[in-house]
Formats: sequence, structure tokens, C-alpha cells
Amino acid sequence: MTSFLQNTFNGLVSGAFYALLALGLAVIFGMLRVVNFAHGAFYMLGAFGAYVLLNEAGVPFWAALVVVPVGLALLGMALERAFIHRLTRLDPLYNFLLTFGLTLILQDLVKLRYGVQSSPYETPSALSGSVDFGIFDFPTYRVFILGFAVAVCLGVWWALTRTRVGMVVRASTERPELTRAFGVNVGRWVTPVFGFGIGLAGLAGVLAAPMRAVNPLMGADLIIVVFAVVVIGGLGSIFGSVAAGFGIGLVQAWGEAYLSDYPIVSQTIVFIVMAVVLLWRPAGLFGREEAPA
Amino acid sequence: MLRIENLSAWYGEAQVLREVGLEVQAGEVVTLVGRNGAGKSTLLRCVMGLHAGLRGTVELDGRDVGRLPAHRRARLGLGWVPDDRGSYATLTVTENLTLPPTVGPDPWSLERVYEAFPALYERRDSAATMLSGGEQQMLALARVLRMGARLLLCDEPTEGLSPLLVQQVGDLLREAKRHGVTVLLVEQNLHFATGVADRHYLLAEGRIAEAMDNSEVQSRERELLSYLGI
Repeated sequence: MTSFLQNTFNGLVSGAFYALLALGLAVIFGMLRVVNFAHGAFYMLGAFGAYVLLNEAGVPFWAALVVVPVGLALLGMALERAFIHRLTRLDPLYNFLLTFGLTLILQDLVKLRYGVQSSPYETPSALSGSVDFGIFDFPTYRVFILGFAVAVCLGVWWALTRTRVGMVVRASTERPELTRAFGVNVGRWVTPVFGFGIGLAGLAGVLAAPMRAVNPLMGADLIIVVFAVVVIGGLGSIFGSVAAGFGIGLVQAWGEAYLSDYPIVSQTIVFIVMAVVLLWRPAGLFGREEAPA
Repeated sequence: MLRIENLSAWYGEAQVLREVGLEVQAGEVVTLVGRNGAGKSTLLRCVMGLHAGLRGTVELDGRDVGRLPAHRRARLGLGWVPDDRGSYATLTVTENLTLPPTVGPDPWSLERVYEAFPALYERRDSAATMLSGGEQQMLALARVLRMGARLLLCDEPTEGLSPLLVQQVGDLLREAKRHGVTVLLVEQNLHFATGVADRHYLLAEGRIAEAMDNSEVQSRERELLSYLGI
């Protein structure tokens, strides 16, 4: 029982990263109809940003948690203005080429300066140690990640459903042309929404720094699973991306714990789930079929 | 209020409108009648700024708006009532009503909308696409009245509605007109059209074939109906 609870908790912590990354992909896809394959690179930049700030400027974790996502959001907005917005009228293949190309460039720029080996990032002292849950202990930092990610997801949900900006984003996501006809300047929201999605990826990266090895390829490893999460949740579905993020974290953790005798299954279980979901619901669990134009 | 001159429009290679010219005075209700595919909806989309392939002039209050994007035109007082009613599934009824900014001097308040449409008030927190077809049509009209739009562009607002609801749409348009709102209306229902409109344009194969007043439409109703294929 204790190990089951521990596995479950670990699954939710991995799920928190998936959820934050998938959430960013979902808002970006909804508003821009762009699948951002560079999302993993921004996650990696988030972790590196925290690392560099700490080691070269002495900026602590708590400051990095604010500064790095904001800085990356600004970088994302600049890239959107410079490159991404050109994709809207092009074949989706260019979307892949551009964002994947950006990934390679960002990864190699980091490699050039810091090499490929992993750099350690110390857990902030306030969050070191572990929390005693009675029947099992759990690292304080992981408890923090889970709570923080849930709070961020709830905050985004609140902003989308309860604020005027959120309403405009939902309307623009669902029917951009109609929304323009109602006097809303849809184009004005595209760049900030892209920046916001990138900021979420950066935030996930900062959170990952003390827990995961900080290296230029850390995003590339993770993003494959995140894309499976997004597909399972339903591309562009905000709720679906978060729910599937935590769900896949759990499935993966349970698979690793209880199917360890069948490594082939436990290593591919995410994609098995994805295939089954797509057979059952081609638009994903919470996705809606595109309305015919 | 609205002046269109020499307007031609294309979908790819296919020309849908050919040198259309028409005028709508402030406070008038004018209909566009014509067969399916005559270009009526395209004409409305050109006025709204939602159609890209076009040449010609669209003037609003004497100002050339041909180069303005749709959202700027809406802010000049255009109210869009699309043929599919334009309900958002991800927005509640109240959000559907309050999404557009107010653009005119005499916008309806939300309270006034809900007083006039108790059915919408009942369902105010539901997704708009959960409403019946008739309720969605009322929502589409209520939305542009809440904007305070001065010129309504209505694409077949009576299509698929019961006679009772058609009458309600008519009452609503007449009330809007009493308050000085101008309406350009695509309509197949001639009886409805003569009941609410001042003048009519017959659009045929992308051209304005005829301009008619109510008495002319009434006296030629049979001929027009058979032409329209109804």
C-alpha cells in the first residue's frame, strides 16, 4: 500500500510537468493553429536559465521562478513576431520544419556553451528534506512541485473561464473570423498567448532544475511524451491537456512499478494508451471534431 | 449610410459578384433577395470585411472602409448576424452577448436583452450551442442590439424558424428600425421581407437585376417566387 501511494505520488509529480507543458501547447495551438515542436527546447531553456542565473549571478531559485518564465515569454513573443506568425497561411509542414528547426538551434546554442553533460542544481534550502505523511515520506520539493503546478493550472483555468481576456481567447480559439466580425482584434492576442504558453514551458523548466538533470537534451526527451499527452487529451483542449497530463504521469508511474517484468510494455505504455484512445475517440478524450468549414 | 459601388468578388477563379452597386439610407430596412448561389451572402461578407477576393468600393457614412479589417468595421457600427447564427460552444449565453464591445450610441443593456428574451435569461449560464435553433437566432440578434450596432447585416435570420419565431424576428427588426437602426437583410421569405423592409434588391447571377419597392414585390409575388424556386 505504501509503495502504491508513493508510486501514485511520483506519477502525479511527473504528471505536473506534462500538464504544464501540454497546457502551454494547448493554448498556443488553440490561438495560432500552430503545433509548437520547440516547446521542449523552451522547457530546457527554463531549467538552464535557472542554472545560469544561480551559478553566474547568484540569483536564487525563488527569483528564477519569476524571472526566467517572464524572460522566456518575452523571447517567445519576439520569435512569434519574427517567425511563427508567418506560418498561418502556409502548409502545416512548414510549422513542423520551423519549430523543429528552432529546437535544434536552441539546443545546439546551449551545447556550444555548456556541453552535453548534466549540471546539478541544488534544491532550495526551504524545500529540502521530506514531508512525513504518516505511512510514507515524500521529498518536500516534490510536494511543492505538485502543489505549485496544480495552483498554476487552476489559475489558468480561472483566467480562461472567469475573465474577459479568457473569454476573448476562448472565442478567438473557437471561431477566429466570427470573433473579428464582432469587433474583437483577434490578432492582438496572438503574440501574448504564444508568449504565455512559452512562459509555462519555462516555468516547468525552472521547477525541473533541482529534480532532473539539467542538460541541453532534457526537453527533447520529455516532449515526445508531452505530445502523446496532448493528442490523448484532445489537441487544443485546455482541460483535456491538463487531465491527460496528470493521467499519463500516473499511468507511466504505475506501469514502471507494476509492469517492470515487461519492460517493452512499461516503456511504451503511453503510446499504447494513445493508440487505444485514438481508435476510440479520434479527436482525443476532450477534443471536438473540427466543424466543417 | 452604406454605399456599394462597382463591387466584384471572386472565390478563387469563380466570379460571384459582378459590378454590384447599391445604397442603403440611414434608418432603412433593405433586403437582398435572390436564388441560392446568387451572391447574397458574399455581398454581406464583403461589407463586413470577411471576404478577401474583391474589387470595388464599400462606403460607410461616406467613408471608404474597403481596406479596414473586419474588427475595425464592426467598431464603426456594423452588426453581424451570420447565417449559421454564430453561437459559440465554449461561451455561455451571457458571454455570447457580451463578447462584442459596444459600438453605437444606443446599445441595449444586458438587463434589457434578458427582459425581452426571458428564454435566454433562463439559459444564461449554458453553452450557447445548447439552445434551440430559434433561441440561437434570438441570441444572434440580441447580440448585435447589445452592441448598439447602427447597421445590421442579417443573413437569412428567419431560415428554419417556426412562423411564431419568424414573427418575433420581424417584431424585433421593426423595433430596431423605430430606434433608427439600419438593416441590410438577406431573405428568401418574400412575405416576411415586405413586412419589415422598405425596399428590395433582386440579385441574379452576381448582379443587381432589379430594385423594387414593397408594392412591386407584392404585385409580382407569384412571378418572383417561381423565379426564386420556392
